[in-house]
Amino acid sequence: MNATVLTPGFPELEPPRTFYTHKSGLLSWLLTTDHKRIAILYAITITLFFIMGGVAAAMMRINLVEPNGALLSPETYNKTFTFHGVVMVWFFLIPSIPATLGNFLLPLMIGARDLAFPRLNLFSWYLFVIGGGFTVTCLILGGVDTGWTFYTPYSTLFSNTNVILVAVGVFVTGFSTILTGLNFIVTTHKLRMPGMTWFKLPLFVWGMYAVSLVMVLATPVLAMTLSLIGLERVAHVGIFDPALGGDPLLFQHMFWFYSHPAVYIMILPAMGVVSEIIPCFARRKIFGYQFMVYALVGIAVIGFLVWGHHMFVAGMSPTAVLVFSILSFTIAVPSAIKVFNWTATLRRGQISFEAPMLYALGFVGLFMIGGMSGLMLAAPALDIPLHATYFVIAHFHYVMVGGTVMAYLGGIHYWWPKITGRLYSEAWAKFAAILMFFGFNFTFFPQYVLGYLGMPRRYHAYPPQFQLLNILSSAGASILAVSYLIPVLYLGWSLFQGARAGNNPWNARGLEWQTTSPPPKSNFLERPVVQKAYAYDEPAPGTPA
Amino acid sequence: MNSTAAGMRARGLVAEQFDDVEQQRATSQFGMWVFLATEVLFFGVLFAGYAVCRVRNPEAFLLGSQHTEIVFGAVEAGILLLSSATITFAVNLIAFDQRRWVAALLVLTALLGVAFLVLHGVEYSHEYDEHLMVAVDFAQHGPHARGIELFFFLYYAMTLYHSLHVLVGVCVIMTMATLVWRRRIRAEYPTPLILAGLYWHLVDIVWIFLFPLMYLIGR
Repeated sequence: MNATVLTPGFPELEPPRTFYTHKSGLLSWLLTTDHKRIAILYAITITLFFIMGGVAAAMMRINLVEPNGALLSPETYNKTFTFHGVVMVWFFLIPSIPATLGNFLLPLMIGARDLAFPRLNLFSWYLFVIGGGFTVTCLILGGVDTGWTFYTPYSTLFSNTNVILVAVGVFVTGFSTILTGLNFIVTTHKLRMPGMTWFKLPLFVWGMYAVSLVMVLATPVLAMTLSLIGLERVAHVGIFDPALGGDPLLFQHMFWFYSHPAVYIMILPAMGVVSEIIPCFARRKIFGYQFMVYALVGIAVIGFLVWGHHMFVAGMSPTAVLVFSILSFTIAVPSAIKVFNWTATLRRGQISFEAPMLYALGFVGLFMIGGMSGLMLAAPALDIPLHATYFVIAHFHYVMVGGTVMAYLGGIHYWWPKITGRLYSEAWAKFAAILMFFGFNFTFFPQYVLGYLGMPRRYHAYPPQFQLLNILSSAGASILAVSYLIPVLYLGWSLFQGARAGNNPWNARGLEWQTTSPPPKSNFLERPVVQKAYAYDEPAPGTPA
Repeated sequence: MNSTAAGMRARGLVAEQFDDVEQQRATSQFGMWVFLATEVLFFGVLFAGYAVCRVRNPEAFLLGSQHTEIVFGAVEAGILLLSSATITFAVNLIAFDQRRWVAALLVLTALLGVAFLVLHGVEYSHEYDEHLMVAVDFAQHGPHARGIELFFFLYYAMTLYHSLHVLVGVCVIMTMATLVWRRRIRAEYPTPLILAGLYWHLVDIVWIFLFPLMYLIGR
């Protein structure tokens, strides 16, 4: 079967030499410099972290079924939400799409044999594993109760937990992010194949490029800020603790100078993924390609200028509040351009609703709700009552989980045939995607209402009148958990039993679909043909017209 | 030896992801510049922290600065500037395959780096004697004691991070010297040496900013 589905024009290989069969043995994986294998190492690692962070979330949701906390002591609850935040942000969301799909696809999409610095790429993975393993160990054995934000003087004076060790773990992991970003930027600049001009790049590559700029320029700030927290705890002198002459607001400025752009580290790759999926399943060229590029880069740049909106109630001057508020509104413009253009791409398309498309459409809807509630929070008059309530929790989970995780899973499904060479069960995949959409809204929409009613975040107990909405949210979370488990099962099944996919099962455009599935070690057996981006009005290269 | 593009590929000088040696050279240099950008932001946090604290404690920072030893600071600045000159000569001479000269200049650069570290160590020990070492033995009195302590907290944070970079630089430069001596880096492909030079200049530039902020403001 596998020989017959190979697209004509490629030499038939018996047996097919893929990057999986190129070498074998555990060591050939642990010492590999092949970007495709490193992507798979990352995928396995971040899946483990996602499960850990998910278990912590489940514990919190069980706890919040009862107004006075059904499961966890207050201290354990604090440690649980810190665990959930630290693991999900730094060890799942930030590496999620770039380190897996980005690593795998970026060289393929630009017609390169590998990233610019393959050994550095492997080194990034080791830093990630070491930093992640260390952090998780410290979080489980001792725990940290400061929240993922490490606010001072919480983290310097009042917390008796492993703040320094966890800061060291995140510091190390930060360098993994920086080096991945560096690799992507340099690869995009220097390793594009002849004919692959900047404005022929798929928007996924542009998304990777934009996110890499943010990774490279923001992450060092986090690394140094966390190291100052550590030094401050050791020396009992410092620039953040007001009792010692320092300024806690300075910490928040530095932390959010990284962490707000980090939000865009999480969403820009998701936008890139969705921009690939929607044209493919609408059989349309993406609407407004150049504006999509400018919007991606614009979000990356403006994302550096809005961090102050996290500190509207922290004692910033009213002038600064006004400026940061206006800047935060402006970032809605490129975001809206993207949503409009995805929608306009659908117009007069021949839309089909395969699983990746369901995820992508889910992304657009949920991102829009998350983004609109972000605008509400950018208005100081609304932010002051809503600050640190469940409204904020709901807002960023709509963007991070409804947005990024949906897009990540959409991307995994879309490129699964390319990465593994196999098909999965379409029926189960559609079922999981739809279940996820409902489970997600069921979990997080009640939290908007809770926040609006005034329930603060990060408390292990709450007044009894909030119980009904909390039960709804916890019930939704159980549906969401099931919808995350289903793909693990059918994708695992597909890995061994799935039908052979062929090179281009979606009849998609883009260089990655012109090579065999799974690709050979050197990515291409024949030099691919560069078309304009999203040439869905033209036949795919290599197919008889 | 065959110094043509194909010959260099055959001798394993060009990694497989690159089409030719020119692409590899341009890619490596661009990568280094991106890395230096991350370093600027890394130190940028410290400089931003310094700026905020100094605005809050203007007089204490002037007083704190008077406790530093300007002779040491100035000599250290001179040493680093000189070492930037020596590595520049080395980077330029490699084009003429002056193996011995290049290796000697690199060793000299590394020795200057070591001299910088030794002098800074002496400086730290003097500060220890004067009870200025934050977190270990700090005993100053008067209304500005807290601000002076803050100044020295930043002084140690910034100079220690800088010294760490000097130490890494010394190791890199010694590696380069060895590779040049063993004819592993030659005029046909001097890029690793050029990258080491770029890094060393950044280390130098950071000190050019640290020196006035730490040693000169109070004088």
